[in-house]
Amino acid sequence: MSDYLIQFNNVSKFFGKVIALKDVTMKLKKGEIMCLLGDNGAGKSTLIKTLAGVHKPDEGEIVIEGEKIIFDGPKDALDMGIATVYQDLALVSLMSVTRNFFMGREPLKGLPFFKTFDLEKANKIAAERMGQIGIDVRDPSQAVGTMSGGERQCLAISRAIYFGAKVLVLDEPTSALGVHQASVVLKYIVKAASQGLAVILITHNVHHAYPVGNSFTVLNRGKSLGTYNKKDISREKLLSMMAGGEELDKLEVELKEINRLAN
Amino acid sequence: MSTKTKSIHSKNNFKQDDRLKKVSSLRVLLNRPELGALGGAILVFIFFGIVAGDTGMFSAFGMLNFFDVSANLGIIAIAAAMLMIGGEFDLSIGSMIGFAGICIAIPAIYWGWPLWMSIIFAFSMAVIVGYFNGLLVVKTGLPSFIVTLAMLFILRGATLAITRLITGRTQVPGLRVLIENDPIAWLFATDTFKWLFIWLGSMNLIDLRTDGTPLATGIPPSVIWFIFLTILTTWILMKTRYGNWIFASGGDKNGARNVGVPVGRVKIGLFIGTAVASTIFATIQVLDAGSADTMRGSLKELEAIAAAVVGGCLLTGGYGSAIGAAFGAIIFGTVSMGIFYTDIDTDWFKVFLGAMMLIAVIFNNYIRKKVTESK
Repeated sequence: MSDYLIQFNNVSKFFGKVIALKDVTMKLKKGEIMCLLGDNGAGKSTLIKTLAGVHKPDEGEIVIEGEKIIFDGPKDALDMGIATVYQDLALVSLMSVTRNFFMGREPLKGLPFFKTFDLEKANKIAAERMGQIGIDVRDPSQAVGTMSGGERQCLAISRAIYFGAKVLVLDEPTSALGVHQASVVLKYIVKAASQGLAVILITHNVHHAYPVGNSFTVLNRGKSLGTYNKKDISREKLLSMMAGGEELDKLEVELKEINRLAN
Repeated sequence: MSTKTKSIHSKNNFKQDDRLKKVSSLRVLLNRPELGALGGAILVFIFFGIVAGDTGMFSAFGMLNFFDVSANLGIIAIAAAMLMIGGEFDLSIGSMIGFAGICIAIPAIYWGWPLWMSIIFAFSMAVIVGYFNGLLVVKTGLPSFIVTLAMLFILRGATLAITRLITGRTQVPGLRVLIENDPIAWLFATDTFKWLFIWLGSMNLIDLRTDGTPLATGIPPSVIWFIFLTILTTWILMKTRYGNWIFASGGDKNGARNVGVPVGRVKIGLFIGTAVASTIFATIQVLDAGSADTMRGSLKELEAIAAAVVGGCLLTGGYGSAIGAAFGAIIFGTVSMGIFYTDIDTDWFKVFLGAMMLIAVIFNNYIRKKVTESK
């Protein structure tokens, strides 16, 4: 039995001639938060979809709890406890908190053929779960549209956890949020990890990732630039790696040149 | 962004927030989709109560009259509302009514089928048409507006062509004699609670004919179907898993699909629902009139959609109610009949219908903003 909940060993994914991912290796223990950092086009989306079972890797292997796994589709990944919360959150804003929370997986009660949606139980669970993460839904029958962006994000995460996620894959959970809202979401992510989940946090915002992450994997043009533990890397170093440090250095030289000529 | 709706509770002392009480019951009511239609229906009754209170409109006979018209429209409006909540339209409702009519009449009159078999045949055809509509919309991803508009023409054309081919005319009469002793037809052709009306007549509480029988003989089957379907669909929408899937499919089909809702199956089911409702409408009318007409049901799809919209359904899906559509139908039915009891020229009915719909859409739009935006 491996220590790691989920491992990517030299995973590659090609689309025709395009190399979307090349030799990406990363591993994650229970209770850990790994931040996957990368600029636009770095291969983050491909990696998420590989995790979620949408894409099959062309090379390399995915190992879950010591066993090599090939996902046959998104449902396989879900059944293995890998829950992906996409940016659109899969929430319907016109529907109530409860109806969203249990969408597609409604608890039932009653006789066969006359089974009804057990709204009472559903309301109770939804309110309880939201309460645990510090979001006070005054009324679980209120529409999700009335909630703030951070609250919606938390609702989507809370739903994934309730339905048995072991590995939580979060796609840019803070990108559309203000500072305060983002901190609420980040706090919740840390809390989820402390309860034994492994969290893969995909973001391009180092300032959000650095305080919460245990380890950091930087993607650049489909390749992993390595995984670093927090103690081994500074925020500044991460930032410069992510932006392609050399390119920024080059830019600085060029700007100096322009300034010199202008003077 | 709402910061005031949020407060931090620790894990253990979570409790119902007392601010819940501050949400007044008026506010809760305002958030219900059927509110507008309920208010509209009350206003309509008050209006006719004042204008036509002493004309016989509100006698037992008069009331059954406008409730019959309302109920017929209501049967298809409810199904249209369910489909709209699921995010789709069906413009082929009216054509399906005509088609179902001849599916009953031609086998029964020209092929010698028993009436019950013809009725079952018509319902089977409805399931096929609805399934085909749904499948086409789900598989092609085309707007249902276009797909069912095509079906509007195809079905109406086929109805006309087939009827003329087989019968040489556009009407098929002679059904009334077949109703008696038929094991199924009574479901669509029997007035109920006759004893109640006879009793009311004997007490001189309602108007009598010269032979002493009451003028209003019983509750027409349309009204029973209408009430039954309103209760059934409301139960489905509010209390079952399938209901939750209807809202989800209409509200955000990608999101719904991502969490495992079988969106395609839900939508196909709803299309079958509108076709079957059209056939219930057709069966009741054909048995009542004793004949099928190829043009029966023309433009009914638009009235059904109008009633659904007045009843609070959003054209974009994901929001609405069956009860609202029922009230929408009652408004239209009452006005279309009530206008005869007033001095107003009946030509104005369509003006009213249009104006009512406009007001409803503006009102609904406002409600949707209220519901979806942070308070």
